[in-house]
Amino acid sequence: MSGKTEIRFAGSGGQGLILAGIILADAAAIYDNKNAVQTQSYGPEARGGSSKSEVVISDAPIEYPKATKIDYMVVLTQESFSKYIFDLRDNGVVIADKELITDFSNAKGKLYMLDMVKSAREELGKLLGLNIIALGALVEISNVVSKETILKALLKRVPKGFEDYNKKALEIGFRLAKEVKNN
Amino acid sequence: MANNIKLMQGNEAIAEGAVIAGCNFFAGYPITPSSEISEYLSVKLPKTGGVFLQMEDEIAALGAVLGASLGGAKAITATSGPGMSLKQEHIGYASMCEIPCVIVNVMRGGPSTGLPTLPSQSDVMQVKWGVHGDHAIIAITPSSVNESLYETVRAFNLSIKYRTPVIILTDEIIGHMREKVIIMEKDSIEILEIKLPSVPPEEYKPYNYLSGKVTPLAPMGEGYRYHVTGLIHGDTGFPSQKTEVIQNAQNWLIDKIYKNVADIEKFEEFQTGDAELLLVAYGSTSRSSRQAVMMARAAGIKAGLFRPITIWPFPEKQIKNLAKRAKIILVPEMNMGQIIFEVQRCACNSAVHGLNIVNGEPITPDQIYDKIKEITK
Amino acid sequence: MIKTKFDYNKYLRQNTLPHIWCPGCGDGIILKSLIRAIDKLQIKKDDIVIASGIGCASRLPGYVDFNTIHTTHGRALTFAIGIKMFKPRLKVITISGDGDALAIGGNHFIHAARRNIDITLIVFNNYTYGMTGGQYSPTQPIGSYATTTPYGNIEPPFDVCDLAKAAGATWVARSTSYHALQLDKLIEAAITHQGFSVLDVITNCHISYGRRNKMKSPVEMITYQKEKGIPVRSAENLKPEELTGRFKTGLIYQKNDAPEFCAEYQKKLELLKTK
Repeated sequence: MSGKTEIRFAGSGGQGLILAGIILADAAAIYDNKNAVQTQSYGPEARGGSSKSEVVISDAPIEYPKATKIDYMVVLTQESFSKYIFDLRDNGVVIADKELITDFSNAKGKLYMLDMVKSAREELGKLLGLNIIALGALVEISNVVSKETILKALLKRVPKGFEDYNKKALEIGFRLAKEVKNN
Repeated sequence: MANNIKLMQGNEAIAEGAVIAGCNFFAGYPITPSSEISEYLSVKLPKTGGVFLQMEDEIAALGAVLGASLGGAKAITATSGPGMSLKQEHIGYASMCEIPCVIVNVMRGGPSTGLPTLPSQSDVMQVKWGVHGDHAIIAITPSSVNESLYETVRAFNLSIKYRTPVIILTDEIIGHMREKVIIMEKDSIEILEIKLPSVPPEEYKPYNYLSGKVTPLAPMGEGYRYHVTGLIHGDTGFPSQKTEVIQNAQNWLIDKIYKNVADIEKFEEFQTGDAELLLVAYGSTSRSSRQAVMMARAAGIKAGLFRPITIWPFPEKQIKNLAKRAKIILVPEMNMGQIIFEVQRCACNSAVHGLNIVNGEPITPDQIYDKIKEITK
Repeated sequence: MIKTKFDYNKYLRQNTLPHIWCPGCGDGIILKSLIRAIDKLQIKKDDIVIASGIGCASRLPGYVDFNTIHTTHGRALTFAIGIKMFKPRLKVITISGDGDALAIGGNHFIHAARRNIDITLIVFNNYTYGMTGGQYSPTQPIGSYATTTPYGNIEPPFDVCDLAKAAGATWVARSTSYHALQLDKLIEAAITHQGFSVLDVITNCHISYGRRNKMKSPVEMITYQKEKGIPVRSAENLKPEELTGRFKTGLIYQKNDAPEFCAEYQKKLELLKTK
């Protein structure tokens, strides 16, 4: 499986992580013309509960659509951190929120702690857009698609009038990731 | 070109396929994991003058579809397990009265309410046998988002050509995953249109059991007045209890499908040429199986995959042929063993093994490869 | 009074006759009334769809030369809604028995009424499941007998008209197989009404219902309809206790300005076109 990357966004229903996965898959499949599959898994509730959104990106055709050995995992709740970290590769990367994740008893791989919630609150004024900050951070750290590509894919899916807001969120994600990457 | 390549969800692709096929009527009832199909069509159909209806229950949804189809609509409904159970009554009616319609079942775990958001492939036999009384059915199991789109177009064509309900039997994984779809120009795809009969109304008979040809269904309200009933009926459509009419009708419902298998069947073979170990898999499980075949080949095992796209009628001839060489057959399914019985029937001289995992997660390539190693030891 | 001999044959499918109804059954009276009403309205045969469910009454479509659909038990309205929405220019009439419309088809009945779709539903209400041998139905009076209420019925019946009105039907009336002339006019008005119209027709089944309830002959049952039926206006002057065991006949409810479902849907389509 040459050039295959598996990414997981994990959190709770309603955080917009499925959309983050869709935007990433769109960027890879349509703009970068790679093969990409996005899947999701969630409980019966429309809001709350653990949910995950996965994207597999590959140069070769993708058969099994779900992630099995995670290269990059973005986590936005403690519950999903504990529940979904088991199949991270040993050298995999975790991008977690500094405020929301405090228990690292089953942590593995390389861990980046980012102030995503704090920045959303302070710079965006609300948590809406937290998923896009997380997406920006993922792209900055993984380079799985380029920043230009992810911006294009993002703007395609954003409702009219919210372009600047989302662009700002994405850039917060880039910046937060760059800060921790350099440390 | 780039505009024709889209990232779509399997369910959306089915809905888009319906639009491309010229679907102008949807009636449904909300049910997970199929609701994206109705949501998509609720946006699209009214824009082209079509009808979108959310009915009071699953039975009503298919009833409305059949009513519209009698009026000449290209009609579709979508549901999942519990709704499929409720729809059996009208699937039987559609078979008996030979009314074209497309029914999507996005399979989830069962029985009963089961697993609304998680996958299974446990309705395969229900689709074949769920209706009371003898009848034949066409069912299609797409294994990718792209295929979901094109197979929906084919489902409409088959339903019109053979005047029969056609079931798109997808599953929660294919239904909810997103991948690339290449949308072709409409005129590059075969799309059957609904036409008036070639004979004038006074000569029109809505049924014919003996000619071997499917009589076109005249849309109601266009001068062809006839009767439709779920009672056994003769060529005029009126009820009959004459023994020869009954037997002719029963034969016809089976024969019109099974004598045209060559036209209805569709399948894909992967590395089957020299395969001594044959995998038979459909829908999402066929993707894992394909990967497992590559893993087995890398380890020197001569494995191959046969993937039915039309699952009903079951591709008996192909399995029989492949089983001449393949003395070991593995049938991975997300159910407790269903299609394996068909495979066993067609490959009675081969050792047919099942891999039955129904735990809410798709069967992985590793699980299949492990089973391959076990049975080829 | 019908003065000239009416030619029913131009609407009947001769090859499907004789009908299956028992001698003395009220269903034939309603059939003829329906034919006269359609003839009066001069609707083209090609433009009429008659859908029915399962039961004695639901055999009616087979006998008449229109677009006819004998559907599944209780579900005629679902087919009717499908074809009406797809081809709103068609006149769609649904025929159901009381068990068909209100027991197994009760859900479709109330939802068709709620939508106020331009379909006419005629309920052939004979208080029983005649075709299956006289079991008790959801309109059978308390205290009466059926093959499945050998000790007397204890279930309160539905009032078809009250239910229709409460659920949103915009034209509701009742007649009987005795009041044939009134029936002609009501069927005509029901078909003409733009919206969901429900006509409850009390009809006689002396075989399955009458015999078990001291009305052995069609005459006794017709007499029951004549004596128990009371015109809506006359009923207004009576005290509730004086109405016990009786039923109102005539136009019970009509609302002309309610939005009709097909028309509302067409409006949405027009709006989308201009966008």
